[in-house]
Amino acid sequence: MEERFIIAILVDNKSGVLTRISSMFTRRGFNIDSLTVGTTEDPRYSRITISARGDLALRKQLIKQAFKLYNVKEVKIMPEHESVRRELALIKLRNKQETRGDILSAVDIFRGKIIDFSPNTLCVEITGDTSKIDAFIAVVSPFGILEMCRTGVTALERGCHYLNRETQTFEDQKSVQEKEC
Amino acid sequence: MKMTGAQITIETLIEQGTEFVFGYPGGQVIDLYDAIYQAQDRIHHILTAHEQGAAHAADGYARSSGKVGVVMATSGPGATNLVTGIATAYLDSVPVVAITGNVPNSLIGRDSFQEVDITGITIPITKHNFFVKNIEDLADTIRRAFQIAKSGRPGPVLVDIPKDIQTGKYDYTPMPVVPKEEQRKPKEYKLEKTARMIKECHKPFIYVGGGAIRAQASEEIVQLANLIDAPVGCTLMGLSVVPQDDPHFLGMVGMHGHYASSKALSEADLLLVIGARFSDRATGNVNKYGRHTRIIHIDIDRAEVDKNVAVDLGIGGDVKEALTELLKLVEPCQHDDWKKRVETLKEEEKEQFEKTTPLDTLNPYTLIQEVQKYTQPQTPIVTDVGQHQMWVAQYYRFQNPHTLITSGGLGTMGFGLGAAIGTSLATRQKTVLFTGDGSFGMNLNELATLSRLKAPVVIIIMNNGVLGMVRQWQNLFFEKHYSQTTLESHPDYVQLAKAFHMKGYRIEAFDELSSVIEQAMKEEGPALVDCHIDKDELVLPMLPPGGSFDDIITEMEGA
Repeated sequence: MEERFIIAILVDNKSGVLTRISSMFTRRGFNIDSLTVGTTEDPRYSRITISARGDLALRKQLIKQAFKLYNVKEVKIMPEHESVRRELALIKLRNKQETRGDILSAVDIFRGKIIDFSPNTLCVEITGDTSKIDAFIAVVSPFGILEMCRTGVTALERGCHYLNRETQTFEDQKSVQEKEC
Repeated sequence: MKMTGAQITIETLIEQGTEFVFGYPGGQVIDLYDAIYQAQDRIHHILTAHEQGAAHAADGYARSSGKVGVVMATSGPGATNLVTGIATAYLDSVPVVAITGNVPNSLIGRDSFQEVDITGITIPITKHNFFVKNIEDLADTIRRAFQIAKSGRPGPVLVDIPKDIQTGKYDYTPMPVVPKEEQRKPKEYKLEKTARMIKECHKPFIYVGGGAIRAQASEEIVQLANLIDAPVGCTLMGLSVVPQDDPHFLGMVGMHGHYASSKALSEADLLLVIGARFSDRATGNVNKYGRHTRIIHIDIDRAEVDKNVAVDLGIGGDVKEALTELLKLVEPCQHDDWKKRVETLKEEEKEQFEKTTPLDTLNPYTLIQEVQKYTQPQTPIVTDVGQHQMWVAQYYRFQNPHTLITSGGLGTMGFGLGAAIGTSLATRQKTVLFTGDGSFGMNLNELATLSRLKAPVVIIIMNNGVLGMVRQWQNLFFEKHYSQTTLESHPDYVQLAKAFHMKGYRIEAFDELSSVIEQAMKEEGPALVDCHIDKDELVLPMLPPGGSFDDIITEMEGA
């Protein structure tokens, strides 16, 4: 069954590594919805978070193909209910007297922030999972979106699970084992 | 000891066991070639006519010896000319290290003369590649390239070395040959499950690919086939892993596979797949594949498990190791009904063969049979790509592993001559190259290399004046629209051989076959045989593209 999933990849923090990852996705015919990359707690590694769609077979194949790349240290699916996922969007809207009130209340309800305000435009920052951002966009688009950008999803597993196995301490393992029992 | 980067490169190649470097000099590798000049008593450089030929030669060297092949080229066009050769090695998992020069770091990114981003270009066709930014990393990068190339599932690795790194100076300390990376062991519970599945089955079939050759698992496969009384089939890349006269061996499966082998595979209730990757040419339509069959797949590359065909049990790990362990767990068994059925299929195959293949005319079968009379079990057989390649796969009786050198995955026409040169250097044996006039025309410039080396390569051109394989498809599926598949130039190959100071022969009729092949095969140095065959010869049986094994075409009327 075709499903959206989030995959986290720990890679060497070197130039050209992102190209290798995205090239592999293209070559194998995997479609990427979004991709984020940034530094981690360990300066040797970067963390890439990819949002993609596909069935179980595709997910497994993707993990195995990613593992074959020499700059890849870890690959993990971020489980839907056992991970926190966030995306940030900046949305620039027309600042008009007649719509301002509606915009401000939408921003308030969605717990966004106005981060820029000019005589003609205003800019909203909103953070949340992808569906929340989609919902906000649906609400404000009648007011005229002038420009927007989204970071794409980034995610961490909940609790004592880490992408980098080396982070796992003895206590972590114990608590995981107890939970699994 | 302080050395230049170029010297460090060559010393590291020697240190890692390189006997031959195949290549072609150029502006950004002059320093490397100077270092080769200084070390010529310890490393041989083979100058080819074109970088593509060098890449295929390094590939042929690696396939026939099991060692890492090394190829060297300059920046820009030198590097891009390697691309087809690197991709060929990648698709067939051949350990090759390609060294390219590049413009100095200060000129990188400015579209300088003969600058090309070869690491960018080769990302999808190498296991990994490196751009050397600092001379401190140079020697270790080359060592790592060798390690990656030969570890696990082998493959090509490219190292791009800018000119300023070659001219810079740094300390060099010799190191031992890098070991292969450790592989994870095959899981024991899975091997136990395999043994149980074997015990429960009635119609087992062992299906072997090129991975079994790389793992040198021939003996284990023969033992397993004996123990569980199973027929063995193979892919094109798996040919030669099991001796052709082994009673369990049925031959190649797939689009042009042997009838009995392909049929038995489709009727089996248990497929034991060893070091194969379910290529579309070997499997036919994967959706119709293995409908009644349980499949166990053993491969060193875990990503191959469930990639093309979903299997019942996947075992990752070294094939030889897995089979050695499995042999301890498996109980001997007999499958008499299955054996009888396989015998019937073999009879059918024999009847079809006798019906379609005359033994008293000049045709691919009689030609290959005649050549085989003068070869030894260890004689390497190299092919190009096309009809002749399939005929060799069908008719030549391979005895020893590593004796078929052919471009399977990429299907590279023009592969043969370069590969044959590399093979003959690696094996120091008389080498036979079967080629077609189409494939041969693509890289016949390497005759220059061959004639200079005086290597004992016998080139057999199956000359039908057409691009036979495409023509066959046009014949069968495109209403005989022979679009651009007729080669009307009719070059005189005997004169061509003469031009390169080689012996050239021609066979136009059946009664010339035996005496000419005898003379050519007894030549000390290189020889070329231009053998004329009928342009309407077909490669049969044929599984139509997208068809299943029930759709095999075994004979053609009035083709």
